[in-house]
Amino acid sequence: MRKNNLCLLLFAALLMFSSATWSDAAEDNYKNYCWQCHGMTGDGMGLNVQDMSVQPRDHTSAKAMGGRSDADLFKVIKEGGLAIDKSVLMPPWRGSLSDDEIHDLVKYLRKLCQCG
Amino acid sequence: MKYLFLFVVLTVANAALADDGMVILQKRCASCHELSGPAAQSVQELWQRKGPDLFYAGSKYNAEWLEKWLVKPRRIRPAGHHPVQHIQPGKKRDIIDTTTLTPHPALLPNNAEEVTEALMKLKASVEMMGTAVFKGGSISASFGEMVFDKFNGCMACHEIEPGYGGLSGPEVYTAAKRYQADYLVSFITDPQAWNPKTPMPNKHVAAPNIQKIVQYLQALAKENRDEKK
Repeated sequence: MRKNNLCLLLFAALLMFSSATWSDAAEDNYKNYCWQCHGMTGDGMGLNVQDMSVQPRDHTSAKAMGGRSDADLFKVIKEGGLAIDKSVLMPPWRGSLSDDEIHDLVKYLRKLCQCG
Repeated sequence: MKYLFLFVVLTVANAALADDGMVILQKRCASCHELSGPAAQSVQELWQRKGPDLFYAGSKYNAEWLEKWLVKPRRIRPAGHHPVQHIQPGKKRDIIDTTTLTPHPALLPNNAEEVTEALMKLKASVEMMGTAVFKGGSISASFGEMVFDKFNGCMACHEIEPGYGGLSGPEVYTAAKRYQADYLVSFITDPQAWNPKTPMPNKHVAAPNIQKIVQYLQALAKENRDEKK
């Protein structure tokens, strides 16, 4: 019985670990699509920010990111800023990324903000 | 009869130019530019390509601009072909690491003519082009800027004049000089049909507004902001 419980515990831990990790492709996608505005470190101070009317979100801030659910993050990446009443400067990425890739990016964002 | 003879002579001459151009392309350009396709299918594969794909150059570039540019190349993308490879953290924001940028080689005028002739024969597939075409018309630069920037946010990544706008994408104040209008309509309509991993998003801009954006790019090009640099 105790052995069974241990197995269950290990399985649950494995499941938690696997759902919280992201693939190398998520990191590549973040660099290819997100760095240009959100910055190399994700702090919102990317190459393009100088003449932007709205500053990109700081992905490293637990305060700025903590209030957003995974579903919100998925939606804003897929449909763009206007889909959650935010800036048109955040484009919809559904033409570039699959749903699985966007879910993966959400996990990567959670790693950057250390939140959620 | 005389005109037919002239047509045949010119056709043969152009074919010879294109053949010579293809030899130059294979010898000097193929290490950085994809000449036969397809486009990169992964981000990693994209980053390994040092310059833009040219296997559809004849459907993309304006020949007159291309020939001049090959003789006197000038940087069009402030942060290089892949910004991810040419930026570094700065005090206020990420900045371009100019030490990593290399100039494009210049060609002799006769070679540029041959290469341009060869490139213009490389056409895009029907799937890439799609069915949208430029329908003509014009727009004022001020209204165009509203469509381009305020309504669609394109200036986030593109400079609309030297020193003003985003730096990760190519400058757009020369876009209509460089590119064919139908290509611009097609690329804005579906960038991923041309290059699945391009950092240019499909913003799902309504078709009439894409026409307005291309009209705006044409209005910008007429201002010759590149020549005032």
